[in-house]
Amino acid sequence: MSAIDKLDAEALYRELLRGVRGLLKPDGLLVGIWSGGAWLAERLHQDLGLAGEAGVISSALHRDDFSQRGLSAGADHTKLPFEIQGRHIVLVDDVLYTGRTIRAAVNELYDFGRPASVTLAVLVDRGGRELPICAACAPGTIELPAGQRLSLARDDVGKFSFEIR
Amino acid sequence: MFVRRNPQLNRNDELIHLLSIEGLPASILTHILDTAGTFLSVNERDVKKVPLLRGKSVFNLFFENSTRTRTTFEIAAKRLSADVINLDIARSSTAKGESLLDTIANLSAMHADMFVVRHSESGAPYLIAQHCAPHVHVVNAGDGRHSHPTQGLLDMYTIRHYKKDFRNLVVAIVGDIVHSRVARSDIHALTTLGAPEIRAVGPKTLVPGDLKEMGVRVCHDMAEGITGADVIIMLRLQNERMSGGMLPSAGEYFKTFGLSPEKLALAKPDAIVMHPGPINRGVEIDSAVVDGAQSVILPQVTFGIAVRMAVMSIIAGNSA
Repeated sequence: MSAIDKLDAEALYRELLRGVRGLLKPDGLLVGIWSGGAWLAERLHQDLGLAGEAGVISSALHRDDFSQRGLSAGADHTKLPFEIQGRHIVLVDDVLYTGRTIRAAVNELYDFGRPASVTLAVLVDRGGRELPICAACAPGTIELPAGQRLSLARDDVGKFSFEIR
Repeated sequence: MFVRRNPQLNRNDELIHLLSIEGLPASILTHILDTAGTFLSVNERDVKKVPLLRGKSVFNLFFENSTRTRTTFEIAAKRLSADVINLDIARSSTAKGESLLDTIANLSAMHADMFVVRHSESGAPYLIAQHCAPHVHVVNAGDGRHSHPTQGLLDMYTIRHYKKDFRNLVVAIVGDIVHSRVARSDIHALTTLGAPEIRAVGPKTLVPGDLKEMGVRVCHDMAEGITGADVIIMLRLQNERMSGGMLPSAGEYFKTFGLSPEKLALAKPDAIVMHPGPINRGVEIDSAVVDGAQSVILPQVTFGIAVRMAVMSIIAGNSA
């Protein structure tokens, strides 16, 4: 049995839902990181019965590996359908690894205003941090070789699973 | 067999310089337009700046004057967090006799990362791209009669914004086609993106019949040229053509090829009117059309900044 088979995305999602319910302040906002985090935020938003819609944030314009990787196609994903100034934000992503994506996403968030607080919730923490970032909620943990990329997938009916490339 | 590579692309066929639209595949043009969409939203944020070119030096080398193009390149580079240095070359070293390549060598010694070049000689940006250091990127901001690729791209962005798709469009380009690098860039871009009918409209002196070889329909009659058009691109009538015996008078030109509300009525009811600027009201276009509901001339300027941000960030992210 490989490491990924132990990760049941749907079971972890139910734990994440419980965790986020505890983290979200009464006037709090959900913002998901494109793309896996955005799917999670969208479903959490629905399951928590929140008004309006969840925000989506892209890390593309603040990435620190721009000079090596260039600009990927389809970076146009930041959509914040609310003012973030002075609000409590729960940032959602699928996998937490080096922390660099989170750093870039927080920078992107600050281009739109100054939130009162930002809390991080992820489905899986795979260790390997290169920045002082930690999640307030991370139901799953896994160790993978550095070259492997773990990400969330969503099927036609909205069911989550993990894939490794 | 020796195959000459497109000098704008690296070994992975990624864009490293933007010298001309000619020869670029539709996938690269579309990638630039999609990326411009991202930057359009950046221009509407509280903080109108992203750090993609932080620590990079962009040199604006304008060997020929152009306030608007230079300004939009400067704004675009600054919104990408680059340091921008404007050199009014026309009035400095070249006037003292320095050669183009010596100027480039000197600026490279100042650790330039990107040159934005406007030159009256066709091919000058290409020459610079061939001779600058491998890490330096070159953007053509208009060279002679040859090419003005960022204008061509911003025109494509504008058309796509209003018309969504190129595949059913009739596009009429009206005016001094033969001397226009804008027209040339537009024609190449429209052809690559699949526009089925491009018309070149104007008098025989400015729209010679052999333009047919570029795949356009040549129209010497204004009514024929704009009837049923979805997009009308008006070009500025350059005053120097008037003295060169190519046209009888400005008044005569306006009567025949100027875009008035009456002539615009021949185009499709939802046709858009574009112009690269600067506009000569009452020479090639009526004031009522410039300020009318179908004019998208000012949105073109706004889109131009986003398109230039896209071009600069894409080429800066690819290495030779």
